[in-house]
Amino acid sequence: MTPLAKLLEAALFASARPIPAEELLALDPDASKAGLAAALDELREHYDVDGHGVELLEIGGGWQILTRAEYTEAIERAQLATRPQRLSAAALETLALIAYRQPIGRAEIEEIRGVSVGSVLKSLHERGLIDVIGRGEGLGRPLLYGTTPIFLEYFALRHLDELPRSDELAVALRAEPRTL
Amino acid sequence: MAEVSEIDVGTDVVAASGDAPPASFVVELTEFSGPLDLLLSLIREEQVDIYDIPIARVAEQFLARIRTLQLNEAADYLEMAARLLRIKAQMLLPRAEGDEAWDDPRAELVRRLLEYQQMREVVDVLERAGEDRRSRFARAWLPQAPAPPESPLALSLGELLAAVDRILRVAKDPAIHDVVPRSLDVPGAITVIRALLSLRAHARWTDLIEPGAEPWQVLSTLLGLLEMAKLGECRVLQPTPFANVEITRDAASEAA
Repeated sequence: MTPLAKLLEAALFASARPIPAEELLALDPDASKAGLAAALDELREHYDVDGHGVELLEIGGGWQILTRAEYTEAIERAQLATRPQRLSAAALETLALIAYRQPIGRAEIEEIRGVSVGSVLKSLHERGLIDVIGRGEGLGRPLLYGTTPIFLEYFALRHLDELPRSDELAVALRAEPRTL
Repeated sequence: MAEVSEIDVGTDVVAASGDAPPASFVVELTEFSGPLDLLLSLIREEQVDIYDIPIARVAEQFLARIRTLQLNEAADYLEMAARLLRIKAQMLLPRAEGDEAWDDPRAELVRRLLEYQQMREVVDVLERAGEDRRSRFARAWLPQAPAPPESPLALSLGELLAAVDRILRVAKDPAIHDVVPRSLDVPGAITVIRALLSLRAHARWTDLIEPGAEPWQVLSTLLGLLEMAKLGECRVLQPTPFANVEITRDAASEAA
């Protein structure tokens, strides 16, 4: 491996969170963007080709070393680590709406889901998956919600663009939705 | 009341982990995340065209399904039931033959159902992505990045002494005081007070303290006086604040 790839490996190993490319670039003042991309490719191939228990993934706007899926059960059985809890259907539906229509207010979410969502919004906010990103123009200037980087991390997405566009979904909407 | 607690699943963010088999009808209803979800599943079960919903039949089944719900949870469902019945009533109204301007009362419901169904598709995408991430461990799954620990101080005794030396050299003629502890003489003061009280039954604070007494003498006398009052050898009385303190030989100790 090149020295830069080794440096990246050490930094990624030391961090519990995905590291954005700009921060990785700051590790070596001589590194260029192209050099960084090549070194990340090299590291990923090193893990993939030589056969390692971990792999390098780009998620949540950064890079992270994660264990491979096939070892999850063994690790969890040995109680070395616990998986994050699964979200309920109500939480997922609310998150889906916020992801696609942010900034979106509570009234609009309730209109589409057909149920009140106050407690779900509160829990999602407490978990850092959503945040207040503005206030609406309407009566009482309602809070508008958007997704956070933790949301991307939770779903291992690089960007919001990775979600299917609304015109790619099987059911096409007649009303023009406000998408990303 | 396991059934009632199951009802709340819809508002929790975290999914119930135990996939217990539905023991009753109530538990089955919690599989739906809202009235639109229930409605969509009824439409799917009946295999009817979403653009041509047989409202009367669907409304009846909808009502039958929600009958067993707890009331506050059912509010959202009841609102939808009312909506369905209103559409049903509108459908029953006679309309003129070849009325082009007729608005299908179901249109708004269909729009909402389609919108809801689209959202469910996104939920499927998110669910798969979330499962994928859940099956990999990072070095630690932390909600917030903790602040990096402060590095330990690197300091030697030599450096500390050198620093003291530098300061002493900068400060010209440092005034260094020798502080001598001067202990109080409480037993001595008690002896003086006893001697005075053996001569007189009454005395005043000013009788005990000579003018120009040192602070340690005043303190010794005060502590001695308090000690004697505690032992019951005398009584101490101050009629008003800042007045002279009157000291009386205690009658009981006198008798003893």
